[in-house]
Amino acid sequence: MAVDAQTVEKLAELARIAISKETIDDVSSRLGDVLQLVDQLQAVNTDGVEPMAHPLDAVQVLRKDEVTEPNRREDFLALAPLSEAGLYLVPKVID
Amino acid sequence: MEWEVVIGLEVHVQLATQSKIFSGASTAFGAAPNTQACAVDLAMPGTLPVPNEEAFRFAVMFGLAMNAGIGKRSVFERKNYFYPDLPKGYQTTQLEKPIVGEGQIEIHLEDGSSKTVRLHHAHLEEDAGKSLHEAVFDSGHGMSGIDLNRAGTPLIEIVSEPDMRSAAEAVAYLKKIHSIVTYLGISDGDMSQGSLRCDANVSVRLKGEEELGTRAEIKNLNSFRFIEKAIKVEAQRQIDLIEDGGKVIQETRLYDADKNETRSMRSKEVANDYRYFPCPDLLPVVLTDDYIEQIRGELPELPDAKCARFETNYGLSAYDADQLTQERATADYFEQVAAKSGEPKLAANWVMGELAALLNREEKSIADSPVSAEHLAGLIARIKDNTISSKIAKQVFEAMANGDGDADAVIEAKGLKQVSDTGAIEKMVDEVIANASAQVENYRNADPDKRPKMMGFFVGQIMKASKGQANPQMINKILKEKLDALL
Repeated sequence: MAVDAQTVEKLAELARIAISKETIDDVSSRLGDVLQLVDQLQAVNTDGVEPMAHPLDAVQVLRKDEVTEPNRREDFLALAPLSEAGLYLVPKVID
Repeated sequence: MEWEVVIGLEVHVQLATQSKIFSGASTAFGAAPNTQACAVDLAMPGTLPVPNEEAFRFAVMFGLAMNAGIGKRSVFERKNYFYPDLPKGYQTTQLEKPIVGEGQIEIHLEDGSSKTVRLHHAHLEEDAGKSLHEAVFDSGHGMSGIDLNRAGTPLIEIVSEPDMRSAAEAVAYLKKIHSIVTYLGISDGDMSQGSLRCDANVSVRLKGEEELGTRAEIKNLNSFRFIEKAIKVEAQRQIDLIEDGGKVIQETRLYDADKNETRSMRSKEVANDYRYFPCPDLLPVVLTDDYIEQIRGELPELPDAKCARFETNYGLSAYDADQLTQERATADYFEQVAAKSGEPKLAANWVMGELAALLNREEKSIADSPVSAEHLAGLIARIKDNTISSKIAKQVFEAMANGDGDADAVIEAKGLKQVSDTGAIEKMVDEVIANASAQVENYRNADPDKRPKMMGFFVGQIMKASKGQANPQMINKILKEKLDALL
């Protein structure tokens, strides 16, 4: 299955990845190769097979509802490029 | 042309767990920003989620209350999108195998009719953080601030079928959901704090048409009043648009309460491709039949059952029983008053009348009522044993609301005890008759069947003379005897 340039641009936008105009052809042909492999997998007859949610044949362990995490705000804020008044600063968000 | 509005709701309910759905950080409301956001909530590399058992228990309780199927094997998926209040770049949610399957509830409308609304499903997911766009900063850098305390708070998203046909039905449905989650105690249901929020899918079609029209989704409605207004104004917008030859486009819209209009949220349109896939960090959650049945056995009495019991046990009307059972706190308060006073009908009237008016006036919830159930029961007991009249009781009630103690203390301190002494009442009746010769003359000359009505004047005067404390039944009896003796 081929991936056209437009699809590559849309996927890049959704994934917030910058792809330059010059590399689009290369990226689309490599994505096409991956999808060829997917096509091979799709060809396998899976009638009556439950979709797999996880490769491990195990079930999730749940934890008790208890507060176990202390406040480490200052440590975490120190990792951010910008913070003020206890808040992480980001470029203006407009809805 | 007659139009029909079609509404489906997506209701987000914050679950009242102590800790978050995938981490051990606190979910308490109102903490200083980012003091309850741990490494898991911040999506630090190397962290892994571990689901909270209580969130599942709450979701199962909800499912059972909605007569819905429970997903014994539920799976978490990643919903991918970028927004600063979502550090992971995806929301962990459920899509193919949610915890709660199809169900249904009955809603009650103001005209007394009922209607069944089908539940499509309900799933568990995590809440996002909050972006603060207002001028919260001293410096004028114009940036937004992110508080991640809410990130990871457990939510159930409840998705209805498009079964509602008016804004009033949508509000009734939402009130029922609110009632159920607060009865179950799985959420505080506080809409002002965002514990219960709603997206409305609204479309219109010509009446009789089978096919659904194109819908618009109105996001983040957080009060019953706004939901009603937003749906009305959006439906009208679509009708006007179609009648003018236009076409409704499928999009997300925001309700502006100040302007009472909805407007397009174009900024989110591009990203409307969430590329869901099963979350590799989480295994399927498997619940046993025993576990589910144990929860079923622990469910509290729900609003519909309580309403029916109030009608049967207390002899209340369907309307009164419905009013009293919408909120669990109100129902509990009423039951205490009814039990202690032994007068369920009087208790119902007082709770829905004077008490509701008082709470409304003081903007208080029944949990913070200035008049306790015990005090109200004491007051009703004094009406019942004729110590005070209903009219004086209102005065006593106001005094109790002001913190003047229980009914007996107020009646004693203010000398409000009803006068039931025959001699004292006779004296008052005699005085009033003596000072109203003109009215007595009219009474004597009046047509016999008009006389009962004319007694009102004398009763009023006697009540006034007794400062409202004379026993009304005794006044009527003695007055009639004395007036008839003059004929």
